[in-house]
Amino acid sequence: MTIGQGIRRADGHSKVTGATLYIDDIQQEHCLHGATVRSKVAHARILSIEKSPDFDWTDITLLTAKDIPGENLVYLMTRDQPALADEWIRHVEEPVALVAAPTRERALEAAKHVIVNIEEKDALLDMELAEHSDIRIFGEDNLFKKIEINRGDTESVAHGRIIEGTYTTGHHEQLYIEPQGMMAIPQEEGGLCIVGSMQCPYYIIKGISELLGAGFEDPDQLQIIQAATGGGFGGKEEYPSMLAAHCALLAVATGAAVKIVYRRDEDLRATTKRHPSRTRIRTRVDDDGRLLSVDVDMLVDGGAYNTLTPVVLSRGVLHATGPYRCENVRILGKAVATHSPPNGAFRGFGAPQAQWASERHMDRIARELGIDPVELRIRNLVEEGDRTATGQRLVSPGGKTVLQAALQAVSDLEDEVRPEHPGGGGVVARRAKGRGLSLVFHGCGFTGNGEARLKGKLAMSLENGKVCIYTGSTEIGQGTDTIFPQIAAEELGIELSLVHMAPHDTELVPDSGPTVASRTAMVVGGVCQKAAKALRTALQEELGLDAPFASLMAMRESKQMLRVEAQYVDDGSLQWDDQTYQGDAYPTYGWSCSIVDLSVDLDTGEVVYERFISATDVGKALNPVLASGQIEGGSLQALGWATSEEVVLNEQGGMENDRLTNYIIPTSLDAPEMHTILVEIPYDGGPFGAKGIGEIPMDGPAAAVAQAIEQATGVVLDDLPMTPERILVAMDERGVS
Amino acid sequence: MTKPEGSYASVGVHTAYDLEQALDFRAQYPEARVLAGGTDLMVEMDLGHIPQSVLNIWPIGELRGIRERPDGLWIGALTTHRELVESLLAEAWAPALIESCRTVGAVQIQNRGTLGGNIANASPAGDTLPVLLALDADVEVASAARGVRSVPMEYLYRGYRAMNIEPDELIIGVRLPEPHSADQTHYRKVGTRLAQAISKVVFGGRVRIVDGVVVESRVAFGSVAATPIRCRGVEEALLGRAVDPQVARLVADDIAPIDDIRSTSGYRGRVAENILRSWLTSLLPAQEEDV
Amino acid sequence: MKIAFQLNGQACEHEVSGMTRLLDLLREECLATGAKEGCGEGECGACTVMIDDRAVCACLVPAIQVAGAEVTTVEGLASTEGLHAIQQAFIDHGAAQCGICTPGFLLMAASMCASSEPVEAGDVREALAGNLCRCTGYQKIVEAVVEVVVNDKA
Repeated sequence: MTIGQGIRRADGHSKVTGATLYIDDIQQEHCLHGATVRSKVAHARILSIEKSPDFDWTDITLLTAKDIPGENLVYLMTRDQPALADEWIRHVEEPVALVAAPTRERALEAAKHVIVNIEEKDALLDMELAEHSDIRIFGEDNLFKKIEINRGDTESVAHGRIIEGTYTTGHHEQLYIEPQGMMAIPQEEGGLCIVGSMQCPYYIIKGISELLGAGFEDPDQLQIIQAATGGGFGGKEEYPSMLAAHCALLAVATGAAVKIVYRRDEDLRATTKRHPSRTRIRTRVDDDGRLLSVDVDMLVDGGAYNTLTPVVLSRGVLHATGPYRCENVRILGKAVATHSPPNGAFRGFGAPQAQWASERHMDRIARELGIDPVELRIRNLVEEGDRTATGQRLVSPGGKTVLQAALQAVSDLEDEVRPEHPGGGGVVARRAKGRGLSLVFHGCGFTGNGEARLKGKLAMSLENGKVCIYTGSTEIGQGTDTIFPQIAAEELGIELSLVHMAPHDTELVPDSGPTVASRTAMVVGGVCQKAAKALRTALQEELGLDAPFASLMAMRESKQMLRVEAQYVDDGSLQWDDQTYQGDAYPTYGWSCSIVDLSVDLDTGEVVYERFISATDVGKALNPVLASGQIEGGSLQALGWATSEEVVLNEQGGMENDRLTNYIIPTSLDAPEMHTILVEIPYDGGPFGAKGIGEIPMDGPAAAVAQAIEQATGVVLDDLPMTPERILVAMDERGVS
Repeated sequence: MTKPEGSYASVGVHTAYDLEQALDFRAQYPEARVLAGGTDLMVEMDLGHIPQSVLNIWPIGELRGIRERPDGLWIGALTTHRELVESLLAEAWAPALIESCRTVGAVQIQNRGTLGGNIANASPAGDTLPVLLALDADVEVASAARGVRSVPMEYLYRGYRAMNIEPDELIIGVRLPEPHSADQTHYRKVGTRLAQAISKVVFGGRVRIVDGVVVESRVAFGSVAATPIRCRGVEEALLGRAVDPQVARLVADDIAPIDDIRSTSGYRGRVAENILRSWLTSLLPAQEEDV
Repeated sequence: MKIAFQLNGQACEHEVSGMTRLLDLLREECLATGAKEGCGEGECGACTVMIDDRAVCACLVPAIQVAGAEVTTVEGLASTEGLHAIQQAFIDHGAAQCGICTPGFLLMAASMCASSEPVEAGDVREALAGNLCRCTGYQKIVEAVVEVVVNDKA
């Protein structure tokens, strides 16, 4: 029995001994190093690119857009983003040229000596101005995507009290501790092997399949191998395709292996971030605070290229009401282009932005009506049979359960002696304590028809008494390489030690879909369970015996590999219309309640986290240690987003604070003690009842922090991050000190 | 690999094994950057500022140690912040200094960063510097030509990252006067987070109260001016009477905080006043809590 | 310039030029890639190693300064008898997720074990604050370190 056990992770021994090899650890003979020449301005026409005469170029290769053998395109959803800027620069840090050199230091030096002659143009940097601006970046109106969701008729609701608010969030950096890195190795037989830090090996094949021209028409010419990856959180979902494009171009041009590993400052400036958002919510409520109508206007900034912005907007609007019931809903979402570095995936993917707004709005309603914010939520929380804004009927919604579990934990821990948190200033410091709560939900897996279109695959084999699992879903710390063997071992009834994972190498593994969207355990894990069943059936057929897999495996004499492949099949139970945005948006939802205890220093506006409690419905915790680890990690990322993680923009729309000394993520001292409650309301569509859990930890904590700050000081903050500077100004305005 | 053509590899290194050798090198190569624990210099180099040459003084044993002398507590310039944190002697003499050492970066930085280095780096944000000002520390410098001289901390900095010491001089130690039984000291750092942080405002303070009257006062701040500074107006206003927390309002006249990537001048000014007021309030005899 | 030092208990000698970082010497010459470069500025602690049982950031140490010293990296924590207690505790508590920060934390904890300074549970978070982790929220890391450094050592 391995499911539900806190099995030690499969790669644990390797990680604690330093044996795990990340891309920069991998030695490759005769490897060149690449570096990227990037634009220093947001919008310009490129006139020419030259080598500075003050540099020795003898051992350096320089590539620009005109050297690209195929299509100058890194493809994800649209055909708009080039690997290297050609005539136009559309954002600061946009790659303009590439260099390769024998050492990394030489490559970085060479890149500094490439002269890019430009004609600077006016840049559009304000997302509020994008749609009606004369400056065109994308399409006719700079709209990457517009989505409208309508339920009932908000116009017809004329009674009740109007409550309005505007809520904003800034950029947010994933800050994986391993910077992005990739290496492209030309193969003797032709083709390229690309190894690196990534979440989605198959995205790279799709991303650069047209880039390399002659000799690369067949996608099989590209072999992508995921190296051990030091964190991703979405930041290594699509950006690695750009980095792979650069390595590949240099490798093809030089005929040599080429590695590019970003320094931290380049990674911070140049790679994707969470989309900034501005959400206006206008609700009508009755005297008890019940929602009569909800009107949401959500705007997100996609940056200069499409990347996967429409999908972020989609998830954002689908979570815009929060887990609350309302018959009359209108949601209008827009994602626009600006001349800033493209934004991309980061845990939560639109839902954290949406529920920052919806939870703050619930607090606004509570405040204006004088109702307790927890009581208000209970009154509006969806229940069995309620429908979402897209008309989806909710089955076993876990909102009430997680709320009760979290409140129970607070009560159980009431006598807990919490260590006096230093927080600076010792006994002289003046502090006010506060407690805040938030309630969120999160759709698991891809929206609507996503999985049906994807048809993710997974293979499994039996050879020499060992079972091997082949999947394009990657291990990025969350535990894929541990839970998939658990699923297989459980289904087959064999020892966990007999099950292994094949390396995530596209030559060995099928496309299971990307490692994103809280789908790996629930969807791909389900395909894994399916494959295990198929393997058992295949073995039974091979031996002509109907017996348990374990005994058949012991009996089997053949040296031949027995291999099966399983695929996700849409069972037709979900109905979704992409045009009207009506129907079953997600197969199921996770639910989470966060309760944070903090104190605000009245002299400095600093927030000190003292304790964090979360109760999350995970369906079934396949591995409770891994599950709670994901929740703890995601929650702390959200606490950092709440009060310290700010991307400071310069005049070109780029990241000014591009050093870890100035982009502030929590240390162990900043982090609170965390109590993580795993609630299990099984989902019968997931393996052993499991739901997706990767992203939901990001959705709730920030709003709970805002509520706690309000309780402690009375100040109301609706914009993230709530830095000490902003808190102090707000306290001064309120006369608190 | 470690080949000579990269810029780190091409920096000239002179290593001194004793003080005499170091001072000779200092006279001979005044342009060489002094390298102690490297926690500041290596960060500068990572930012792209590669020196032509360095003078490595790390091996010099005589610049280490914490010991009582007739004229006070002597702390060798190469004493690391962590050594200070672990020193019971230093804790007894200057608990505020030890507190400041605990907030320099994190343990890894404290194990290599030295008190002399913190002083010589001359950052307006240096964590130990306001405390050294509050304690009336003397900085001992030496040269081959002129021997040892003492520079009171309050006269050490003449401008942004500029010290009143000669190019051939080397900081060799710090002397702290003996603490007075009526002295109360305080240290407070407000950083970008609770640890591993650069200060937005950093404070070192000392008052000597005799028969309810302030007879000596030191109010020093970092990160609110081009150098760490003493707030003379505030110090004056405190003298000769009972502790008056309202005097904190006067700090605005003594400081010149700026907007930068970490914070705003408004925030720094407000916080400086607030933390000073709270400290002074804590000194009031048997008063009510006003949280 | 040739420098001689001990690496994980073995004597070694390497040619070092100028201000070459200890991190690069370890990773490129000694092929000890356990210490990682997360930031190059001494903020993240992923490059933490021990020099004479003191935890330091190898990205900030000029390699010439380890002449005559004992350097310990993650590769040197285990012995012939098995894993170091802190390595086992990390496995048992699930304190590693992506693993990139893990070697740095292990060296920091090992230095706390090696030191005669007493450590209380309430001190552990401050002691670890020079090692950044983005995956775990630190909860299980702190639990593992408390078990070994506070409880076992006591």
